[in-house]
Order: sequence, then C-alpha cells, then structure tokens
Amino acid sequence: MKILVCIKQVPDMESKFKVDAGGTWYEKTDLAWRMNEYDEYGVEQAVQLKEQVKDADVTVLCIGGDQVKETMKKALAMGCDRGAQIVDDESYAKEPAQIAAIIAEYAKGKDFDVIFTGMQSQDRGSAQVGILVAEILGMSSVSTVVEFSYSDGTVEAKRELEGGVKACLKVQTPLVVTCQLGLNTPRYPTLPNIMKAKRKELLSTPVGDLLKVEARQETMRMYFPEKKGGGLILEGEVVDMTDQLIKILKDKTTVFA
Amino acid sequence: MKILLIAESREGTLLGGSYELIAFAEAMGGESSMFLVGGDDVLPAYQGKLYLADVAGCGEYNPDVHKQLILDVVAKENPDVVAFCHSSYGWDLAPRVAFAMGAAQISEVVDIVDGVPVVPVCNAKLRRDVKANTAQTVITIQAGAFGLEDEPAGTPDVEKIAAEGEGKIEFTGYEQAEAGGVDLGKAQIIVSAGRGVGKPENVSMIADLAKALGGEYGASRPVVDSEWVEHNRQVGTTGQTVAPKLYVACGISGAIQHLAGMKKSEFIVAVNTDKDAPIGEVADVLVVADLKQFVPALTEKIQSL
Ligand SMILES: Cc1cc2nc3c(=O)[nH]c(=O)nc-3n(C[C@H](O)[C@H](O)[C@H](O)COP(=O)(O)OP(=O)(O)OC[C@H]3O[C@@H](n4cnc5c(N)ncnc54)[C@H](O)[C@@H]3O)c2cc1C
Repeated sequence: MKILVCIKQVPDMESKFKVDAGGTWYEKTDLAWRMNEYDEYGVEQAVQLKEQVKDADVTVLCIGGDQVKETMKKALAMGCDRGAQIVDDESYAKEPAQIAAIIAEYAKGKDFDVIFTGMQSQDRGSAQVGILVAEILGMSSVSTVVEFSYSDGTVEAKRELEGGVKACLKVQTPLVVTCQLGLNTPRYPTLPNIMKAKRKELLSTPVGDLLKVEARQETMRMYFPEKKGGGLILEGEVVDMTDQLIKILKDKTTVFA
Repeated sequence: MKILLIAESREGTLLGGSYELIAFAEAMGGESSMFLVGGDDVLPAYQGKLYLADVAGCGEYNPDVHKQLILDVVAKENPDVVAFCHSSYGWDLAPRVAFAMGAAQISEVVDIVDGVPVVPVCNAKLRRDVKANTAQTVITIQAGAFGLEDEPAGTPDVEKIAAEGEGKIEFTGYEQAEAGGVDLGKAQIIVSAGRGVGKPENVSMIADLAKALGGEYGASRPVVDSEWVEHNRQVGTTGQTVAPKLYVACGISGAIQHLAGMKKSEFIVAVNTDKDAPIGEVADVLVVADLKQFVPALTEKIQSL
C-alpha cells in the first residue's frame, strides 16, 4: 500500500504577530514553527495504517523553504518512511488551488491508495487543499474525519458535524482523508526513532517543476482586527488581581449575591 | 450581481446558517436564488427562487450527487458568487464545486467591506482582504458573521430538481453525541479549562474554582480530545452552547469554534498569559496571568469570603 501524508509548517499561534513590509502576510522572522496541528493527526493515522497493513510505504510531503525540513524530520521520526520536500521559499503566498495543484502534480501517476491531509491549516485556515487534491486526481475524498478504519480496500470513517453529531461513511480506496482534531493520539517521537529519521530519504524537488497553474486569488492586505472596545485588562501581581477581580464580580454580577 | 445560496438541512430541519446566507447576499447587495437538498417540510421563509432537490432521493450526505445538482443550477443561473456556510456541509462541498467551476474559493468570510471579502488568519489574530482573479467566486461564510435584521419572511418559488447517478461514498447513518452526565446548559456559572492548563492534573484547579463559585466546570476541545475531561463538558460548535451568568475561560485562546459556544454568556472573564489572545475580544475582564498561580489563589480567596 502506498500512503501520502501532506503536512504544513505553521507558526505557533501564541506568537506575537506582525504584518510584513509588503502588507499582505505576517512577518516570518522571530516566530517559533511547528507542524500544523491537524496534520499531526494525519501523520499518526498514516503510520497506524502502515502498522496495520504491514506492507506499506509512507511518504510525507511538505512545501516550503529550508526550514520545513525540521518539521519533516518530526514526521519521519513519528514513522513516515521518506520525505518529499517541494522547495518553495514563497509557499506562504500560494493560494489553496496552487498548493493543491502542486501536491496533485507530485502524486500523479504514483498510485497512492490513501492521501492524508489536515482539514485546514492553522494560519490560512482555508480548508480546501485535501479536497481539491482529490478532485484534481479524480479520487474520492472525505473531510473532517474523527474516526478511521481500513479493511481490504474499504475505509469506514466518521465525519464530525456540528453539535457533536457524526456522519458514518463507507468508501473505497483510493481516497483522500482530511483529518480533524481528536482523530487519534499523535505519538511523540522516541529518541531512537529521531536518530533513525536522520538516515531516512528526504528528496527535494523545485516547485517550478510541479506548479503549472496561476493564482485564482490574492491577498490585498493583511491587518489586525479593530479591538471592539474590549474589556478591562488586569496585569500585575496575582494577589492584587484576585482582589480586583472579586470586586468587579461583586459589582457587575450576582454570583456572590 | 447574482448570488446562489447553498442552504442546508439535516434530519428534517432547516439549518440556521441558511438565513445567514440571505443576510450575506444582502451585505453583498446581490440578487439571490437558493439551492437546498431537503423536503417540502423544511422550506425556508425566503422570497425568491428555490431549487429544491428531494433528500429522500439523493441523501443528506452525498457529496458527488450534491455537487452535480449544484453544478446543474450554476449552469442555469450563471451566478457571480456561489455562497456556502463555512460548516461541515459547506467546507466539504465548496471546494468540489469551486474546482468544477474553475472558480476561486474564499473561505470563512467574516465581513464584506466595500464589496471586498475579509477572512481571518492565525486563529483570528489577523485578517486578510481577498480578491478573486476568476469571473465566478465560491465563498463560505463564517457561522454568526452575517445576521438578518428582521425575521425572515416570504414564500419561495420552488423548482424541483433531481439528480442522476449515485455517489461513491456510502452514508450509513448518524451517530448522536452521547447524552448524560452534566448539563452545562443549566449551569449559572461555568469555569472552563483550555490547553493552557498544561497537564491533566491541573484540571482539578479549574474544577475547584468552579466549585468555590457554586458552578460547573467545562473545557475547550483540545482538553476533551486529550481525554482530560469528558465530552459532555466541551463548550463550542462541536460541544455545548452555553450562556451562563459568569463564564471564566482559563488558558483558552478564543478560537471562533469555542466562542460560538459561550459568547452569549452575561459576563466573561479570561485568564491568559497572552495579552493578545483573541478571547480578549469577548471578555469583560482579561486577567493576564499564569492560570496555575492565579486560579488557585482566586479559589482560596473566594473560599475565605
Ligand atoms: C470544525 C471544528 C470544530 C471545533 N469545535 C470546537 C469546540 O466545540 N470547542 C472548542 O473549544 N474548540 C473547537 N475547535 C477547536 C478550535 O479551533 C481551537 O483549536 C480550540 O478551541 C483551542 O483550544 P484552546 O483555546 O484550549 O487551546 P489553544 O488555542 O492552544 O490556546 C491555549 C491558550 O492558553 C494560553 N496559555 C498557555 N499557558 C497558559 C498558562 N500557564 N496560563 C494561562 N494561559 C495559558 C495561551 O496563551 C493560549 O491562548 C474546533 C475546530 C474545528 C476545526
């Protein structure tokens, strides 16, 4: 079985963001980078599927500059077999249809049985790439998956809907699955596996070889939302703040009444 | 401008997002028509053309068939914009339709400013103005971002449509959220634990504060996904929607899906180390502190009152 898992490197969402000089994206210096949370579930599911069927090969794909290798190594240490980096220092500026086209072009003719992606990225949050890859390649796709099982070419999956309801589905491979939070428990790479990962194949392909479509949309401007009045901000010593907060709650609410 | 609105129904109920789409069309200043897979019993109050596909024939979840039905209507109406809700239905279907149309898809639109769609970035810390380069655009709108001023009214002019063929995905039924346990909806005071609690042992701090205040404790999704707290205590779009007198969010960043479940609370306190956390947008008071110090100190003070 051939498995592809697509990951993205994103900044830690607790970072202090700044808008870059061009005014259309966030400044990329001084940020801590990590694997997109949704993709961690994809990597884990890909590795679990390999462990289940035994005879399988898992490729992890990531588009980006040199720094994404760090995140790819984590996926390799979690159990992916090989890495495919699509080298692109401007990947942040590519819109979802372009990202999907790059992945599809890479995957074309490689006969992947299952492709995992996150349901969305934490920074752009477009929630399109996985499904677009499937549409381009003419594969089936299931989005927002919170339960996944495979047996003999058939996948049974549960999609998460609003209010905690799930839709139960059956579909044949080849298939694209977009992973939702909570699908599984992503493993921590062990030290021996981190060492092993260093020797795994990591092939780099220039993005120019794979990107053949124009951007369908553009960011005109990026900015901070206006603070809507907002509330009171308390800062300082913990003891003082507990007193202040209790006073506010006494004045403004009936919880101590 | 012509806008095709993709309404939603599930298990015999029209979903509320359908009306938000009408509000979106008003914000765009466009002439709209609507598409719905449903039955005669779920017709929206809407003054306009409604293309209705019978759910009995094509199923509630059948993306291949729903896509084809929408594309048939697109061919008839030739809309400038096809609008979906940014919901489990919309984000699944929108890219399929956008791809077939060769259209740009702009996801999770929160506002329209001078005709330009605005979308959130990085957990709503930033925003983007987006321009499509294609003649037609597919848009998904964020839940709650567009609301009608008046009660929806009108009777749609229904045209029934049907699909041929079957989808490749077999829908085998719904699994309902497990009931039982606490009913957060009844609690007057809720203190919730977010990922900022750091480890499962610290959930007890949150539960202790809730108890001291005479309330219940809740949690954000990652805390539930990690199985530190049971699912019936999850607040948000895929958990409970609550509106207590007091909501205390501890170590919760304030993602839209969490906010959707608690922003109607009467008074909101947030405890967060990050002064810029989006929860600050809805909080009446934001305490900038490490919850591991602040929460136990607050509990102790309250106990001694
Ligand atoms: C379709 C869908 C449905 C979803 N449904 C839900 C839902 O129903 N409910 C829900 O909650 N989420 C839901 N989510 C997930 C949501 O997008 C966020 O990922 C989630 O709400 C984040 O939880 P959090 O705020 O606890 O964690 P994070 O976003 O990781 O935030 C942690 C916060 O804790 C702060 N912090 C860290 N350490 C400390 C400390 N020591 N003291 C104080 N503060 C600290 C940080 O500054 C940060 O703001 C859904 C997502 C999707 C895509």
